[in-house]
Amino acid sequence: MKGRAEKFTEHLFLVVALSSLSVLALITVFLFVEGVPLIAKVGLFRFLFGTVWAPSQNLYGIFPMIVGTVAVTLGAVLVGVPVALACSVFLAEFAPTMVRNVVRPAIQLLAGIPSVVYGFWGLLFVVPFIRSHLGGPGLSILAGSIILGIMMLPTVISISEVSLLSLPRQYKEGAFALGLTHWQTIRTVLLPAAKSGIVASVILGIGRAVGETMAVIMVLGNAVAIPESILDPARTLTTNIGIEMGYASGEHQQALFATGIVLLFIIMLLNSSAQLITRKK
Amino acid sequence: MRISPKTSQRIAKVVIWAAALLVIGVLLAILLFILIKGLPEIDWKFLTEIPRNMGRDGGISSTIVGTLLVTAVAILVATPFGVGTAFFLTEYTKEGRMTRIIRFSAESLSGIPSIVFGLFGFLFFVMYLQLGWSVLSGGLTMAVMILPTIIRTSEEAIRTVPTAYRDVGFSLGGTKWQTIVRAVFPSALPGIAVGVILGIGRCVAETAAVILTAGSALRMPISLFSPTRTMAVHFYIMAREGISIEKAYGTAALLIVLILLINVGANLLVNRFVAKGK
Repeated sequence: MKGRAEKFTEHLFLVVALSSLSVLALITVFLFVEGVPLIAKVGLFRFLFGTVWAPSQNLYGIFPMIVGTVAVTLGAVLVGVPVALACSVFLAEFAPTMVRNVVRPAIQLLAGIPSVVYGFWGLLFVVPFIRSHLGGPGLSILAGSIILGIMMLPTVISISEVSLLSLPRQYKEGAFALGLTHWQTIRTVLLPAAKSGIVASVILGIGRAVGETMAVIMVLGNAVAIPESILDPARTLTTNIGIEMGYASGEHQQALFATGIVLLFIIMLLNSSAQLITRKK
Repeated sequence: MRISPKTSQRIAKVVIWAAALLVIGVLLAILLFILIKGLPEIDWKFLTEIPRNMGRDGGISSTIVGTLLVTAVAILVATPFGVGTAFFLTEYTKEGRMTRIIRFSAESLSGIPSIVFGLFGFLFFVMYLQLGWSVLSGGLTMAVMILPTIIRTSEEAIRTVPTAYRDVGFSLGGTKWQTIVRAVFPSALPGIAVGVILGIGRCVAETAAVILTAGSALRMPISLFSPTRTMAVHFYIMAREGISIEKAYGTAALLIVLILLINVGANLLVNRFVAKGK
């Protein structure tokens, strides 16, 4: 009797555990069913590399959004990654315990702030600053890069910090014993040794930036055109969906699901490479 | 000219401290800006009155209720599935292909952008299951979104439970299930609670996934099938469409206060958990 109950709970747990797998499958299936017919109709190449997005004329080319996504994400990496890496070195190596106990929860808090609040803050602070000091409309790739650079900080900092902290103590002791300064040790021993974790943290940070929607809608200007400078407005894949999903129907709506498929592909590629890199260790 | 190791050490130290201060500075700039502008807008009427005139007048009570309902649905659905998955991964199976597949799917799920969850929730819950824009659709979409967080934190919590607890449970003649329920679960509970609290935080903060699944109706939700607008969505619409900047500040300040409380709560729990572990 007891044995049967045990078997039952074991099966129950297995079914429950498969829920995340089935959800992942459902997401993929539903997006594909809705989006693939449109991609097939337009043609994959023309969908990805078409430069005109005009749903009213049945023209669906998402190339401007791909360029926008890449530009804003690159900008975010340039803004966010150096600061994040320095901050993770700070937490792992320099910070006195008391300071660390304040900074760590603060960074957690940074991860918890709603993305709309970041966007709002960017709209009221960053955008006017760019408009009056650098010119252009202010709503721009630069503004998006700054906001996304800030938003990717918690991801990059916490994962890099963990990979620095998980290094064997002997690395540091050995370097000190050879007479290296603390910074020389960090630069020539610790950072190279933690490389895979740091690279993974940056990739996951990029994933965060590529996937963000609401904050970007508020500061990027959302124009569907291939941007020529970082002071130009642009539109990303996510914001394309976020803006038009509210009123789209029929083929137009399908095109937005197709945009979602492209987004899902990019994210899966980023995530699996991050997982591969960390597993190799 | 070569910089001596001592000088470069000094420069690096300054730069690294500066980076840390910059991060804290940005956090404070955002928090203080919202709180200083927004807290004065919050009063009893703001919290208890229904929004009127698109949100220009009145309070935000229906959006507070909407947020609570969507979050409650998400937590009630995601917690059993998340914790169950964590127990399966730690107690019911050896590391192997099955655990790898489950972990891979949970990790992949955690990286998917919220707007994609929104698209999925719209297709699956709103349209396919015909739940419409509703508290239920929004809550179920959020449940899917926070599932990986709850799995990961619960798994970590369960792993820190000493093996001795299980040995004692078995040696007293308990079955696996009894051992888990009476010995492992209570000991892992604070850690599991942290995951749930973090999940609550994400539900409160989320906009993109909720606006596509719960809708943006300002009416007070009367059932799980009512369309509703959460506070984050309300804030987004108020700010983006410039309906009322004062009410937007007030809503944002309330959101920030909630997120602060949620973070402090999670940290207190973690500290207690760590202290107990020692």
